[in-house]
Amino acid sequence: MRCLICHEEIIPEVSWVTFWKPPVEIKMCGDCRAALEKIDGPCCPVCHRPDHKGVCRDCEQWSDTQFGTFDKNVAVFRYNEFGKKFVARWKYRGDYVLFQAIKKEIQRKWEMTGVEKHIIVPVPLSKQREAERGFNQSEAIILALAKEPISLFDRLHSEKQSKRGKKERMQSENPFILRRPVHESVVIVDDIYTTGRTVRHMASRLREYGCPSVSSFTIFR
Amino acid sequence: MRLKQALFLDRMVNKLMNLLRSNTTTDYSWIPQHHTPHRYPQFAGKLLLRQEIPLSDEQIDHLVTSSVFTKVDSIEPHLWGHRCRRCGNKASHLFGLMPHTSCKKECRYCRSCIQMGRVLECEPLYVGSSYVSWTAHENPCAWQGKLTVYQQNAADQLVNLVEKGAGEKLVWAVCGAGKTEMLFPAITKALETGKRVCLATPRTDVVRELLPRFQKAFPEVRMQALYGDSPDKTGDAPLILATTHQLLRYGRAFDVMIVDEVDAFPFHNDESLHYACKRAAKMDASIIYLTATPRKVQKKRMRKKELPVVFVPKRFHGHPLPVPQLKLTPTLHRFLKKGELPPKLLKQIAEQQTSPRQLLLFLPSIKKAEEMALLLKGKGYTVEAVHAEDIDRAEKIAAFRKKKYRVLVTTTILERGVTFPSVDVFVIDAGHGVFDEAALVQIAGRAGRSHDDPTGNVHFYHIGKTDALLNAIESIEYMNRLGRNT
Ligand SMILES: [Zn+2]
Ligand SMILES: [Zn+2]
Ligand SMILES: [Zn+2]
Ligand SMILES: [Zn+2]
Repeated sequence: MRCLICHEEIIPEVSWVTFWKPPVEIKMCGDCRAALEKIDGPCCPVCHRPDHKGVCRDCEQWSDTQFGTFDKNVAVFRYNEFGKKFVARWKYRGDYVLFQAIKKEIQRKWEMTGVEKHIIVPVPLSKQREAERGFNQSEAIILALAKEPISLFDRLHSEKQSKRGKKERMQSENPFILRRPVHESVVIVDDIYTTGRTVRHMASRLREYGCPSVSSFTIFR
Repeated sequence: MRLKQALFLDRMVNKLMNLLRSNTTTDYSWIPQHHTPHRYPQFAGKLLLRQEIPLSDEQIDHLVTSSVFTKVDSIEPHLWGHRCRRCGNKASHLFGLMPHTSCKKECRYCRSCIQMGRVLECEPLYVGSSYVSWTAHENPCAWQGKLTVYQQNAADQLVNLVEKGAGEKLVWAVCGAGKTEMLFPAITKALETGKRVCLATPRTDVVRELLPRFQKAFPEVRMQALYGDSPDKTGDAPLILATTHQLLRYGRAFDVMIVDEVDAFPFHNDESLHYACKRAAKMDASIIYLTATPRKVQKKRMRKKELPVVFVPKRFHGHPLPVPQLKLTPTLHRFLKKGELPPKLLKQIAEQQTSPRQLLLFLPSIKKAEEMALLLKGKGYTVEAVHAEDIDRAEKIAAFRKKKYRVLVTTTILERGVTFPSVDVFVIDAGHGVFDEAALVQIAGRAGRSHDDPTGNVHFYHIGKTDALLNAIESIEYMNRLGRNT
């Protein structure tokens, strides 16, 4: 067995207990596991920003302008250097199978989040971007959770987020168009929560058309 | 009837043999052999993905119908799996499957070379015909220096090889032999006859360093330096300097292929780099390998007379290589564990520091290197530790060159390429597995590099002689003997 992330050989521990069981497939080595930091200490109750007591400043600013549109975000790992490299390889380079390495951890957190009954909505990509990458990262996460992605949105113009400043991103116009209104709670799944602009844009569209509550679930924060 | 059966059996055996052969040898027969002349130097001898070609679909179709480009499968089936044709990868764990939006299928892709853009099973590689007529340069070389007897001998042999065309030659030159200059005559010959030349080296630092030297030596020749984040990636010049990795985008492109430090890929992707080096050369290319420390494979081929070799046993300044001194230090590990050094060794460092030479200190791991830097700082020396992923690496090395501090502690990453004018070299725990014969020879080769200070002390501190230690010293003495006798 080899680590999906660093390709190092993994030697599974054999004890009298594990000896009798069928071998479990291990997808990630100990070093990589340690480099991925789970968020489990105190964090912002709205956006899941780690190491933060109470609602963070960004979230306060959002609630000034859009009170009540968005419930909360839950994230699994910190967006540390290792996380950045992971996303760069998985999403931008397109190493699709890399996600299998962290699937178990994602599943575990997902089950604890209590969004089982919600409609699970992916973030759409522009046609051009999806053709470049060959897959939609947020659909890939939902499929890995063995759930069905319900596509509710179209995207107006291409995504150039990372090039803009933070303030500009928070104020930019809403690129999402809702295909049909829904009246059940929605959870939006994505890879990273950075400014929260994407999920809030989607949330405000959903809420405009009668959706009772919108939250989000991301791998990194 | 029996004849038919025999024929059938024969055919089956043949098929099986072919399959086996394609599995064990590198096979580039998928690169089209008919070469269409054209005027697109940027596509000459290239292997490109669709997104790497800055043209519209119609333009590409046109180039495909006129055979400038040939579309080939990017991933080929293989007896026990698949092979990526761009990087040669055949390890099953380095392929992935993904539900592909464009082809609506579970699509296979190569994980091994994904850093250079993803190779997908359903998307072809575009092979550019290498038939571009390159300018024949008149007297392209402006270098005025003089070669030593040994350099001249090697240079003459390389010129012969370039004139002859198809063939290989290994240049076994000691560290500090001045190998770049002795390539100039052969490169000149190639450029004069309208041949295309590539010099490939494993490290980006070296490509960056070579470019200005080549620009000075060949001022009228168009050339490009290609590496991971190089500003220019067009690769359409008649003279290409590239990291070995960049060759993954070339196939049958060069008339003269120079592979620097051919022994330097002891890592997991070495196979892929060898695969790319061989493929980048034309079928009838002159291939030149450079090394200071040939590996077993090359030595074996030399002994079998398969690979002609030319020695350059003397440094450009004419002085012999410093021979390392073995220093048995039985208590070494005990002290190292505590992050300390035996008193005798500390005393030798102290003595060394009274001389005008700086000190290069090699340790087997980053952790140990950092501990030693801390220890020596505590003792009042000016010290920096440098390792491969150090973001300040370039600055720290530059500062050492400017003599801003006295001791540079490092791991094997500084064993090659990087040179300082006047240093002594101490290797601590030289018997450690990371220091193989080649690494030790390269490390010892850091001392005595300049005209002004052509000698230097090399100490190997160890707890017991290893084969690597003894072989390294033997190899250095052998080169010194060759240099003396002729
Ligand atoms: Zn790993
Ligand atoms: Zn917050
Ligand atoms: Zn590949
Ligand atoms: Zn496909």
